[in-house]
Amino acid sequence: MRISREEVEHIALLARLRLTDEEKDLYSEQLSNILDYIEKLNELDTSHVEPTSHVIPISNVFREDTPVESLGVDEALGNAPDRSDPFYRVPRIIE
Amino acid sequence: MNYEAVIGLEIHAQLLTETKIFCGCSTRFGSEPNTQTCPVCIGMPGVLPVLNRRVVEFAIKTGLAMNCRISSYSRFARKNYFYPDLPKGYQISQYELPICEKGYIDITVDGTTRRVGITRIHMEEDAGKNIHEKDCSLVDLNRAGVPLLEIVTEPDIRSPQEASAFMKKLRAILRYLRVCDGNMEQGSLRCDANVSIRPEGSDELGTKTEIKNINSFRFVEKALDYEIKRQIRVIRDGGEIVQETRLWNSETGKTESMRSKEEAHDYRYFPEPDLVPLEIKREMVEEIKAALPELPDEKKARFVRDYKLPEYDAEILTEERSIAEWFEEAVRLGARPKEVSNWMLTEIMRYLNETGKEIEEIDLRPPQLVELLELIKGGTISRNIAKTILPEMISTGRPAEEIVREKGLVQISDTSELEALVDEILSKNQKEAQRYREGETKLLGFFVGQVMKATKGKANPKIVNEILRKKLS
Repeated sequence: MRISREEVEHIALLARLRLTDEEKDLYSEQLSNILDYIEKLNELDTSHVEPTSHVIPISNVFREDTPVESLGVDEALGNAPDRSDPFYRVPRIIE
Repeated sequence: MNYEAVIGLEIHAQLLTETKIFCGCSTRFGSEPNTQTCPVCIGMPGVLPVLNRRVVEFAIKTGLAMNCRISSYSRFARKNYFYPDLPKGYQISQYELPICEKGYIDITVDGTTRRVGITRIHMEEDAGKNIHEKDCSLVDLNRAGVPLLEIVTEPDIRSPQEASAFMKKLRAILRYLRVCDGNMEQGSLRCDANVSIRPEGSDELGTKTEIKNINSFRFVEKALDYEIKRQIRVIRDGGEIVQETRLWNSETGKTESMRSKEEAHDYRYFPEPDLVPLEIKREMVEEIKAALPELPDEKKARFVRDYKLPEYDAEILTEERSIAEWFEEAVRLGARPKEVSNWMLTEIMRYLNETGKEIEEIDLRPPQLVELLELIKGGTISRNIAKTILPEMISTGRPAEEIVREKGLVQISDTSELEALVDEILSKNQKEAQRYREGETKLLGFFVGQVMKATKGKANPKIVNEILRKKLS
């Protein structure tokens, strides 16, 4: 299965990655190879197999609706690259 | 050519849980920014979300109340996009296998009942809140991870009035179930609308626009009305509808194109590997079903049937569960249903509307209203006097009898006292009395007014009328 350069550009845009021309060619090639490899699985007939939702065979793991202590503002903002207390500060979003 | 509108709604309802959907942080509204977060809801590496049981219960409850099929197997999915209020870079939502599907809500507009299909109801987490400054945006993640239900309707709605009726009914149900407070202004209930138009009678769907930012009940009808007229204008002028997202601007009364660079919406949904699937057992659904409260439609029908109330009264009394319960308590205490309804629909509702209070927040309780009605029935006070003291009863919670005694408002039913008064008034107004006797009988009201004025409204109107008629004949 071919992954075109345009598709690589689209995926890069969605992932906010800036790629050079060489990288686009390289990833187009590599992604295509990966998909070809995975394609092998399609040789199996899975029409009678339930799709897997989760690899661990358990369901219904819940917590009760009981509040616990939250982080303080300082700790919460501790890893932020930029802050303007008590907020995270980011580049302006709206035009 | 005449056009008809095709409208589908997408509603987000914030759930009234104590804690967030996947962590134990509080969901309290209005706290200091970034004080209700933890490594799970701010998306630190290596953390695991764990589902809040109550969110599932609320979702099932809502699904049942909206006549949905409850899935026996359901799972979560990741919806991937980048935005600063979404710390993980994906929202945990549901895609395939939502918890509820294929329901409906009946609405009535101008006496016609129509059924609006519910496509699906699913659970998801809310994002944080952005505040836009001049040169930057500020992010508060207190809301990130607050549980939401997303409710999607079929494109069954045909007019702004129907959309508004639908939202009203949906809100009433959510509030009856006590799963969402339904406050559109504060954003705990949000409504986006997909709108298109087509020639009347056509089966095809036109190009739709999505209207966002309808942040008040008043605007549901206004925003849709504007958008439908705009689309008709575009088509009549030979133009084409552009598929886009438009924001309702309540100041200009218009919808405006978002004009953001149209980024391809490519959410790349995939099953959330951090959460195990849900297996919803029949017994759990049955248990929740058995505990459902009586819903607005059933309650309204019962009020009409059992209390012989007009449709109109029953409709208004059952919009809010707390108001319906207040009414029923007063009736249980022995008051006549229509009588209670009359007082609630006028004086009491007016007070609630003016103050923005809920009925459980006022000091007047059903027993006090019943006491007031007893005073009227027993002839102690007139209906008009009751009207004048009710506002004080509502705002202070003081018993009627106390206010009546303190202000000397006891009704004068003493015939001889009233007769003397009528004599006096007739002698002072001989001209009018003469005109009355010559056939100008509408002057009776004038005389009643004079008696009321002299007694500060305390005269028993029935007796006054009798005496006047007798003396003027």
